[in-house]
Amino acid sequence: MNRRQSLKALSISTLGVGLLVESCKTSTKQVDVSNVDTAVGLEEFEVERLKQLYAQPAFFNAHEKSTMVVLADLIIPKDKVSGGASEAKVVDFIEFIVKDIPTHQLPMRGGLKWLDLHCLNTYEKTFVDCTSAQQIEVLEQIAYPGKTKPELQQGEVFFSRMRDLVGTGFYTSEIGINDLGYVGNVPNIWEGVPKDVLKQYNLSEV
Amino acid sequence: MGDKIQIKKSAEQYDVIVVGSGAGGGMAGYVLANAGIKVLMLEAGPFFDPAKQSKQMQWPYESPRRGASTTRAFGDFDAAYGGWQIEGQPYTTKDKTEFSWFRAQMLGGRTNHWGRISLRMGPEDFQPTDGLTDRWPITYDEVKPFYDKVDKMIGVYGTNEGLRNEPDGIFLTPPKPRLNEIFIKNGAAKAGVKVIPGRGSVLTEALPGNKDRGACFYCGQCGRSCKVYGDFSASSCLVIPAIKTGNLKVITNAMVRQVLTGKEGQATGVSYVDKTDGQEYQLNAKIVILGASTGESARILLNSKSAQHPGGLANNSGVVGKYLHDSTGASLGGFLPQLMDRKRYNEDGVGSVHIYSPWWLDNKNLDFSRGYHIEYGGGMRMPNYGFGAGTPKMNGLVPDRDGKTKNSGGFGASLKDDYRRFYGTQVSMAGRGTAIARKENYCEIDPSVVDKFGIPVLRFNYTWSNEEVNQAKHMQETFQSVMHEMGAVITTKIPGADTSYGLEAPGKIIHEVGTIRMGDDPKTSALNKWCQAHDCKNLFVVDAAPFVQQGDKNATWTILALSMRTTEYILEQRKKQNI
Repeated sequence: MNRRQSLKALSISTLGVGLLVESCKTSTKQVDVSNVDTAVGLEEFEVERLKQLYAQPAFFNAHEKSTMVVLADLIIPKDKVSGGASEAKVVDFIEFIVKDIPTHQLPMRGGLKWLDLHCLNTYEKTFVDCTSAQQIEVLEQIAYPGKTKPELQQGEVFFSRMRDLVGTGFYTSEIGINDLGYVGNVPNIWEGVPKDVLKQYNLSEV
Repeated sequence: MGDKIQIKKSAEQYDVIVVGSGAGGGMAGYVLANAGIKVLMLEAGPFFDPAKQSKQMQWPYESPRRGASTTRAFGDFDAAYGGWQIEGQPYTTKDKTEFSWFRAQMLGGRTNHWGRISLRMGPEDFQPTDGLTDRWPITYDEVKPFYDKVDKMIGVYGTNEGLRNEPDGIFLTPPKPRLNEIFIKNGAAKAGVKVIPGRGSVLTEALPGNKDRGACFYCGQCGRSCKVYGDFSASSCLVIPAIKTGNLKVITNAMVRQVLTGKEGQATGVSYVDKTDGQEYQLNAKIVILGASTGESARILLNSKSAQHPGGLANNSGVVGKYLHDSTGASLGGFLPQLMDRKRYNEDGVGSVHIYSPWWLDNKNLDFSRGYHIEYGGGMRMPNYGFGAGTPKMNGLVPDRDGKTKNSGGFGASLKDDYRRFYGTQVSMAGRGTAIARKENYCEIDPSVVDKFGIPVLRFNYTWSNEEVNQAKHMQETFQSVMHEMGAVITTKIPGADTSYGLEAPGKIIHEVGTIRMGDDPKTSALNKWCQAHDCKNLFVVDAAPFVQQGDKNATWTILALSMRTTEYILEQRKKQNI
């Protein structure tokens, strides 16, 4: 089978496969991942596990959620290239992932509490109620590992975890992938580094 | 389940029963079925057809966990059912030694997700001259015709280089290097490290004479298994085609407990538990072929005790389980500042290696006896769970746009800008080296633990020696030197003596071999040079268990060649009515 035939076979072989077809049709919107019946190739225990996770009540309460929305957009704000973290529904991803990987739960809950307590002590307001200047002032103190005052160390550890989860949530979303400019995951032919790029780096084809 | 168990005996007799459907079992089933033999294959896991069950071409957001490794060790899209631990099927370790055992229970086994790096072992791997390990009872020249046939039948890309111990093959065109790989190649050259095109079982062009498999369309996702069969999996390339001959029947979810033997000590069949109904079944066969994996095949033999075989089947020598060895592994990561703000284009390429470094030095001048090869990674890959953690660690290591170096970390517009700037700059290198086959490293039956089927489980005893630790130290020095020469910034903490230089725990590289080794002397080996048990003439082993000593070459291509060789021997012996 040559490449053209193989691509044809790919499109035929996907016809019977729910999620792939779904993903083709819905390339411009989020796939409904909660519909576990469409999850192709999963083992039974994986499907069961997903059903159980979706059946659980929300882990984060409304206040925690709104705090995370503010934090997420401070970490990855809207700019001229793309929308912000909340637009990519990063907090929904965090809500799922703390159930899927429960070791995130305590540090996230406790970290959000730490943040509020720190803000209450400093500004007499919870983090979401602080002015954006105050919010930024707090983050400036905990966003640079190695530069944090010893008494704020716990805040740094929490913020690093939050930043990692926001980074994953955003850049694995369609908005984030487009923002990065990842243009793969499509059938193509790899013919090596484009000529203009070789020239840019003064390299010759190997 | 929960009901009374019965042993259900079948009156039917099969010509051959093959246990396992991976590279070894799959090849045996394929060769036999195509020769017109009626074969029954038992697979411990479910049926798996990459065309239907692969997660190829899914986007990260189609996984609610964005590809995290919560239920699959190598991430949500990876094509392995199983992992380092399987519920209800434990294994143990002895005296606080370490061993990690990766099992995939599914049609095709671990070949559905493997790296497709397809290297032949060389003349010196089969016949080492340093006296450290035993020689194989066969030479490279005896295996070469089978490597050639495997190349032609399955397809492998690469280049003929005329190297001493990295034999040439019958190659398809290799993929061209990616941008970061050109930097690696140039940096490595300055560091005195040879880099050549990779060798992988991916169809970079149509495979002559094969109408069932599609050519690669460069998604770089071989680990998910390929819907058009553009890479080698035993499921897609061996077992499913063998089923189509009408001569191979597969029973899935069949966990083999033991090989049954008769009064003369010959194999008469196997006993297995059907995972779906919990019942025990016994089947008869004239020949039994084990391809259950290095660990599982040894476990089956050690659990097949009888009056004639008190130490387990094929174990008069006492070597079954011994000489277990994995490959060594160590790695280092960094990024290329000169690639910041790089132009975007699709460089997914193939899912195996585009380039690699075969072992390039003479061990005479080194403090370890055998070599390693280096595999390289990096580039503009599809983001997945964990993406985003790297940038806030890198962005303070090089000057910003304004020429000033800021603190690593941050948030907001400048961090978002950094995510874009640093995307695709990363490089990684991983060494895979020869670990020494030693009698003292073994698996055995744990005397006090059974799995949920009541089958006694394996207990591992494995420690590294200075040979492996010194090799890992050399890897780290090499990686640093290549990173330096290519102008990369190293981001991983450079591991020192306290962590054995980042040497991975035994088993972690998933190249374990050697537990049922072959040899000419029945006192020191379990199998003869045809992988036929010395003590049981109608029993054969076709996975990596027969390896005497593997080189730094990933095992699969040798498993395929040896399994084909053994199976052709079985066909000849049947004709002569010797078995």
